[in-house]
Parts: sequence; C-alpha cells; structure tokens
Amino acid sequence: MNILKNENNVTILLEGRLDTITAPELIEAIQDLQFADLTINLEKLEYISSAGLRALLVVKKAADDQGASMTVEKPCTAVLEVMRICGFTKMLHITEGL
Amino acid sequence: MQEMVFPAEIASLYSALDFVKQFAEKHGFGEELPQIELAVEEVFTNIAGYAYGKAGGIVRIVCEVEQGFGAHARADKLKISFGDKGKPFNPLNHEDPDTTLPAHRREIGGLGIFLTKKLMDAVFYEYKDGVNILTIEKGRRLHSDLKQD
Repeated sequence: MNILKNENNVTILLEGRLDTITAPELIEAIQDLQFADLTINLEKLEYISSAGLRALLVVKKAADDQGASMTVEKPCTAVLEVMRICGFTKMLHITEGL
Repeated sequence: MQEMVFPAEIASLYSALDFVKQFAEKHGFGEELPQIELAVEEVFTNIAGYAYGKAGGIVRIVCEVEQGFGAHARADKLKISFGDKGKPFNPLNHEDPDTTLPAHRREIGGLGIFLTKKLMDAVFYEYKDGVNILTIEKGRRLHSDLKQD
C-alpha cells in the first residue's frame, strides 16, 4: 500500500489482496489522515473479500465525517464483481472500470 | 477426497486457502477459482472469529469432487466442508444485509456469508455429534457444455 499526499488530496494505491489479513492496514492508514479529496486506486488490486469491503466502508464513513469526497478508481473485473454483488457500486463513487 | 485440520485462527487463513486452491486446481477448477477462494476465506474467517472464543480450537476442511452431474455433459462438482466443534451456530439463519443502503446507514459486517451464498451453487449447514458442518458446492461446466445453451 502506498499513500501519496499532495496538500489536501490523498491517493492510496492498493496492491495484491484486500482481505481479512491485510484490510486492517488500510483502516489504520487512514486513522490520522486529513484530506479534502481521497482517491483509492485499485488498479493493482487483484482480490477483495468482505473484510476488504468493510475496510472501504470504514474509509468512506471517515471521509464523510471529514466532509471529504472519496473516489474509488480502476477496479479490475473480479474486484468490481464483488463490489457489485454487495451494492458497493451504488454506494461508492467508482471511476474507470464500470 | 482430501482433508486437513487447521487451527481456527486468522493466522491460518492462507494455509487453508492454499490447501483448497491446490485441490481445486488439481481437479480442473480454474475459472471458478477466484469465487471458491473468496467463499473459503469468508467461511474460514467466520469460524476463526466466532466459533471458539478465547480457548481456540480447530477447523477440519474436507474437499471432494463429485463427477457426472449436469444436464448435457459430464461436469464436476467441488464440495468443501468445514467442521468445527465450537458453539452451535448456523450462519445461514442470518438475514441477508440490505445492499441498497447508503454508506451512513450500512452496518459493518454481515457481507461474508451473503457473498458465499451468491458465489457458490449451494451452501448447507448441519449440526451433528457436536460438530458444526458448513458445506459449500461449486460446479464446473465444460466448454462443450456451455456451447449447447
């Protein structure tokens, strides 16, 4: 996981798996971050489970609490399918991949 | 048939996934593998998180393939069962989460078993002789079979 910060814009690049083992890292990473715009880049994410979806929901709630916007970009087909089944495609702002 | 026992803890998740993935691959499940992997993570994580409490315990995973089902041609069915001796718990009794809610009304959780039911062809639960047994099934369709549809 890489975090790029440019003033109020934060981009988090996720790689590999967002699962039961790795999802807590994402939740931890955003705990102390301040931002106005948050982008979660999923281009290199190959796998997501319900624990990963939960982490994205926690991040989304944290962004909402700060009055920040959040965009999820470039999910691969497999990741997008899991998001779609769970209604995350309607709940999150997702670009490039739909 | 192949079976293996794992400690019912999150730290064993990847070993459990490797065991099931190797079995599934050996029996020709390829396209279905990501869905099988996801379902196994969800079931295993549920047991690791809730079955035993602090004392801990084990999960017995049994993999088998049934051959020869399907309307048109030979096709295989992968059955994976998870046995634990924790408190009796049927995860299928839980209501499905509402996937139409916006973020602020969503609860954290409840998606794992929902995903498992959506991705597998069948999911069964039984409590027998002090053991919770959750079984998931996924069929593999041959390409010649697909073309006939």
